[in-house]
Amino acid sequence: MATSVASNADADVRAPHARALRRDALVERLALFSLSAPALILVTVIMVLPVAWLFGLSFVADDGSLTLEHYRRLIEQPSYARTFVATFQISLVTTAICVVLGYPLAYFLSQLPQRAANLCMIAVLLPFWTSLLVRTYAWLVLLQRQGLINTWGIKLGLWDEPLALVHNLTGTLIGMVHIMLPFLVLPVLESMRAIDGSLTKAAANLGASPSQAFRTVFLPLSLPGLFAGALIVFILCLGFYVTPAVLGGGKVIMVSNRIANDIELFFNWGAASALGVVLLVLTLAFLFVATRLLKFDRIIGSGR
Amino acid sequence: MTRAAPLPISIRGLTKTYGAVTALDSVDLDVRSGEFLTLLGPSGSGKTTLLMVLAGFIRPDSGSLMFGGTEVIRRPPHQRDVGMVFQNYALFPHMDVAANVAYPLKLRRVPPALRATRVAAALDMVQLGAFGTRRIDELSGGQRQRVALARALVFEPRIVLMDEPLSALDKQLRERMQIELRQLHEKLGTTTVYVTHDQREALTMSDRIAVINGGRIAQLDSPRALYENPASRFVAEFIGESAFLKVERVDGVLRCAGQTLTVASPPPDAASLLLMLRPERVRIVDRSAGETLNVFDAEVTSIVYQGDSVLLQAVLADGSPIRVRTSGAGGSPMAPSAGDRIRLGLGPADTVLVADDGN
Repeated sequence: MATSVASNADADVRAPHARALRRDALVERLALFSLSAPALILVTVIMVLPVAWLFGLSFVADDGSLTLEHYRRLIEQPSYARTFVATFQISLVTTAICVVLGYPLAYFLSQLPQRAANLCMIAVLLPFWTSLLVRTYAWLVLLQRQGLINTWGIKLGLWDEPLALVHNLTGTLIGMVHIMLPFLVLPVLESMRAIDGSLTKAAANLGASPSQAFRTVFLPLSLPGLFAGALIVFILCLGFYVTPAVLGGGKVIMVSNRIANDIELFFNWGAASALGVVLLVLTLAFLFVATRLLKFDRIIGSGR
Repeated sequence: MTRAAPLPISIRGLTKTYGAVTALDSVDLDVRSGEFLTLLGPSGSGKTTLLMVLAGFIRPDSGSLMFGGTEVIRRPPHQRDVGMVFQNYALFPHMDVAANVAYPLKLRRVPPALRATRVAAALDMVQLGAFGTRRIDELSGGQRQRVALARALVFEPRIVLMDEPLSALDKQLRERMQIELRQLHEKLGTTTVYVTHDQREALTMSDRIAVINGGRIAQLDSPRALYENPASRFVAEFIGESAFLKVERVDGVLRCAGQTLTVASPPPDAASLLLMLRPERVRIVDRSAGETLNVFDAEVTSIVYQGDSVLLQAVLADGSPIRVRTSGAGGSPMAPSAGDRIRLGLGPADTVLVADDGN
């Protein structure tokens, strides 16, 4: 005991307060960590536990025994494969339309003076303040056979017969693009705003016409934001339920619709869980590959 | 490399207003071909606006701008063929060093082999020969500065513009780059317009300096003429350290602080005159010292040791403050201390009178 006191005193002479300072640092780290505890608990309770539970359910047969039956059915019944392919296709098309519509919109917003840009941003974000369901049903009202668009189109003589704009793929895509667009515009706008204005000036000074400057400088520097936005939209689309259900009219079947069917019509939690697990795994795999392939932050730098 | 002859720049009646603010007030300026001309002024004086008009990034309200014999005022930036070094360098972060420098050559459809040679030559010129494959964010501030310089010069523009290119560098590097830029200019002989708010930088580098204030050119002269004979109090205050004493003119005799002044050159024709006192030109003199000096009696109030020099603060008999800078060399026979009464002398050549422009 006496020797340890002595050596402590020795240590204190050589490195004064070292132990106390280390303890202070630890306490500080713990205090910081405790701030995130509520969020961690919440995520565990409402995300991790249910997913784990559903994962377990997907291996349980009706009689309670362990089984791979639900997964075997996913492989054996071709309709499931078709649903997955359709889901990826619809998500891809929605993402593509969002990119085509959203990139120019973001570019326009990025070039506006701050005040005007803020006003326009409110217009872009306005839909976020309305319920998803309300917006989807609003499209139903607009797009149906006797809806606003068909009535006016015929009145103005643009077309004679009511167009089938809803209860099909067209309606689903219109609704999905509308809902997903802000998720693309926001990250793209963010990356465009981060591009130093003097870079395009430098390009012009060095002899680049406006279109050359855009192609060689602005576009490459905004790509990381575009890929981030497209990735978010694509992944949100993969699990989209409400809009395809309402505007697809039963003709557009995405994975989430089949999951709902399995539960609502067949009370087959096992099959529904298996579908959910496969969708989750495919999404994660896609995310993994995409982020590996598109390490643009590293290749391109920050744009500043 | 055979270079095309540098072009002169001729600016006439250039005006640019932003609402009620006049950034450029009918500016006339001629930059000689091959000259290194600096636009020097406080922030908001219009010097950067003028440079941006030269580059084509700001459209003026009116005026004429000629490069050589060609009117370019309506020409868009990418057709002006001037090199520019931006304040923050504006290097393309998604390209490596060589690609940045090759960019203007690519746009001019220089064939790849020749392009590579010229990029290498430009990088060698700024001592970055081995840095071609580096990413921009791997470079230090000084290296970025050099890449920006190489990029602005590689397509052999006949006019080069620089917008405070050294302001982001630390003092030592800045002073080294000033010398290097100056040497590079002497080698290439390109007409160069350089913007800075740093008077020492302007004095170090320029053939001529245009001092700009309130959108107008206050004085255009060589560094020496500007420092020795400023045209107005504004210029005298902006360039170098100075104090001013009111001068009275009675029947052609100049009097200041109770002394009759002897001047080397006739004073400017202005209603109210000021004597400009540069601290390093004022000398502490013996009581007996000569008739050729303008002599003032003063009382020392404080002494500040500044390493390379000693700064004396003193007041004249009439209470006007005056500053005297003496070399800090030790053992000066007349090292005064606070409270001492001293006699200050000013040679006639250093007795410079300026018009009081009310600044």
